[in-house]
Amino acid sequence: MTVTFLILAGVTIVGMAAAMSLRNLVHCVLSLTLGLVGLAGLFLELDAQFVGFTQILVYVGAVAILAMFAVMMTRGAAQQQESRPTSVRISGVLIAGGVFLVLAWAMCHGLMTLGAPVQPEAEVKQIGVALMRSYVLPLEVIGLLLTAALIGAGVIAMEEKRGAR
Amino acid sequence: MLGEGILKGLTETARNFFGSYVDDERLTTVQYPEERLEQIEATRDFPFLVYDGEDWEKGMRCVSCQICEKECPPKCISIEKSKDKKPDATGKAQFYPAKFDIDISVCMSCQICVEVCPFDAIKMDVVYELSTEDRFGGLLLNKEQLSKSNEYYNKIHPTEAGAVDAALAAEREKARQAAAAKAAEAKPAATAVVGAAAVERDGTK
Amino acid sequence: MNGSVRMAGTADQIFVLVKQWLMGYVPGALQPLASAVLSVVPVLLVFPLLFAITTVLERKGLGRIQNRYGPNRAGFFGILQPMADGIKSLTKEDIIPRSADHLVHLLAPLLLVVASFLVYAVLPIGRNMVIANLNAGVLFFFAIGSMVELAVFMAGWSSRSKYSLLGAMRAIAQMISYEMPLVLSAVVVIMAAGSLSTVTIVTMQATYTGIWPHWYVFTPWGLMGFVLFMIAATAESNRSPFDLPEGESEIIAGYYIEYSGFKFALFFLGEYLGMFATSAMAITLFLGGWAAPFSFLTWIPSYIWFFVKLLALIMAFIWVRGTLPRLRMDQLMNFAWKFMLPMSLVNILCAGVWHFMAAGFVRWVVVAVLVAGTCYLLSQRLKRGKRVAVRTYRFAS
Repeated sequence: MTVTFLILAGVTIVGMAAAMSLRNLVHCVLSLTLGLVGLAGLFLELDAQFVGFTQILVYVGAVAILAMFAVMMTRGAAQQQESRPTSVRISGVLIAGGVFLVLAWAMCHGLMTLGAPVQPEAEVKQIGVALMRSYVLPLEVIGLLLTAALIGAGVIAMEEKRGAR
Repeated sequence: MLGEGILKGLTETARNFFGSYVDDERLTTVQYPEERLEQIEATRDFPFLVYDGEDWEKGMRCVSCQICEKECPPKCISIEKSKDKKPDATGKAQFYPAKFDIDISVCMSCQICVEVCPFDAIKMDVVYELSTEDRFGGLLLNKEQLSKSNEYYNKIHPTEAGAVDAALAAEREKARQAAAAKAAEAKPAATAVVGAAAVERDGTK
Repeated sequence: MNGSVRMAGTADQIFVLVKQWLMGYVPGALQPLASAVLSVVPVLLVFPLLFAITTVLERKGLGRIQNRYGPNRAGFFGILQPMADGIKSLTKEDIIPRSADHLVHLLAPLLLVVASFLVYAVLPIGRNMVIANLNAGVLFFFAIGSMVELAVFMAGWSSRSKYSLLGAMRAIAQMISYEMPLVLSAVVVIMAAGSLSTVTIVTMQATYTGIWPHWYVFTPWGLMGFVLFMIAATAESNRSPFDLPEGESEIIAGYYIEYSGFKFALFFLGEYLGMFATSAMAITLFLGGWAAPFSFLTWIPSYIWFFVKLLALIMAFIWVRGTLPRLRMDQLMNFAWKFMLPMSLVNILCAGVWHFMAAGFVRWVVVAVLVAGTCYLLSQRLKRGKRVAVRTYRFAS
């Protein structure tokens, strides 16, 4: 555990926590972005340059902006959120804690069985080969799904426009 | 072809770019403090007060009728009437402005004051380098600063001033004749009533 | 002969040698830090200086294009104008709107400038002159470049002004639309070079056949990719004719309207740094980076070639700005989605065809016909339904 890791982990956790707890939705999205940048930094620290930069490109460059757009268009930016009842909060904390425990157990277990850490293999070429050879079917299915979603979004938007006229 | 118009535009701007270095005729800019554009005769910016003769206080044409003050759209003129009277441009005893201020930071150069003035006392100036370090007091011109001679008026707006001078000369001539007639009438034991009627006629004119 | 080559080599590597010489005096523990500082500080000095020079060049160039003089008062021929502008913006009052989101309002220009500076880390300015030779350098460039959008949005939203929000919305719609063609037009080079590292890409282009260099722009797909990249770069840096986000006549200054003083200057700096960076990336990808255009000109130091190319592209930007009027929003979007995106996708296909065909004349013809044909068809499609006619006026004629 190096200093860099601690800083990056801190940034990620603070960003994500702020994303959950801040009142202003735009602030939430901004702190979520901060958390995602921290995550990208963690990838970089693991020498996975491609994954790290893709994380920034996709999440900071596209997803955060889309989330911003969504927030702006739903007029949620200016409104204050009403506080949730205690039961919802407690159940939320319980579920999150449960998920964390399961993940932590899985990771620790994995680390135990794995033994010595292997050199990470996340070179651009390896990723490309993996995507185009062993994972070509999932890739195509996801591509199809996203295209369908895109067309669907277009259809919905056009429908609305016609109704407005 | 796509981009044809863009290429045409690019050649045009390139021609301008190089042409402006080769041919000084192309350059439309005037290098202001060193060279200035000639002003046209109808140039106007802020009003000034015209006086006849040498002494600005004595020759002031303004009779403090305050029409301009009332008509001024942005209300930049402020006049205080005098208590006593002094002879005006035609020699008649009239009030004169004890105070005449124009705030040229408010003035919008509409020339309405000039249009409404029955005495040709306020006219438009052509000076334009009026910047000052005092943004309030420096731009509030008083009677003395506003007063400029009739010769100056003739210099900046010759045609207009010629017409005004001719009209004023006619007025003066009429006033002189009226005075002469009055004097002639007064000689053969004129009554005070006739004199008063003459004054009244003059006043209504 | 040999001596002159060595001399040329020394001139070429002078900055690298100076850095090595300076590093000799640094104690071992501080070596990484000192190395970073020695690499970063020149970039932090040179490119803002280039920004200052560009502002005055741009104003003078635009002036000449419009038959004016441009700035010629401050200093000899107005060369001290950027200094005067800098002093002015430093001494001006820093106004923050009362209803603004203060923290975000402050962070936006900083994020913009930081992101704009970060991308210079992977740009090879000369032979062996790059701050960080990353394996995924090109990806790093686009990833950091996409952070600019976030800064723009933060600026527009935090100002709480209708104009800045409109400007930010326009800017983001435009940047997202043109980011895809930007990245996709760079993909052809990555395919050809087989690497995401900017240094490798430039090294691949720095070879010669006879006197002719192997720049990617001298292939059909490379030329098309370069044109697409430059158009997309113009849109990404919000420059005319794609300056809708800051269209003065409509929304005054767009997303940075509520900024004043030095923060405004920071936006300006960030914008110009972004423009330089995308130009430098275009040079790296298509124009051979620091490589000389002819083999007999290699004796001129590599960094000089880089800056000559950069200045040429900046001039082109200024020229285009002085020529073209602003696009309409629908024209902008139509152009991005109906021309740029399909064209860059087809361009990738062409690069693939080029890659798998045997080298020779046939390959040239096939790929050139593919590229030009697609370009023609797409442009016909773009023009369809738009009849250009001479406008008639009822009264003015």
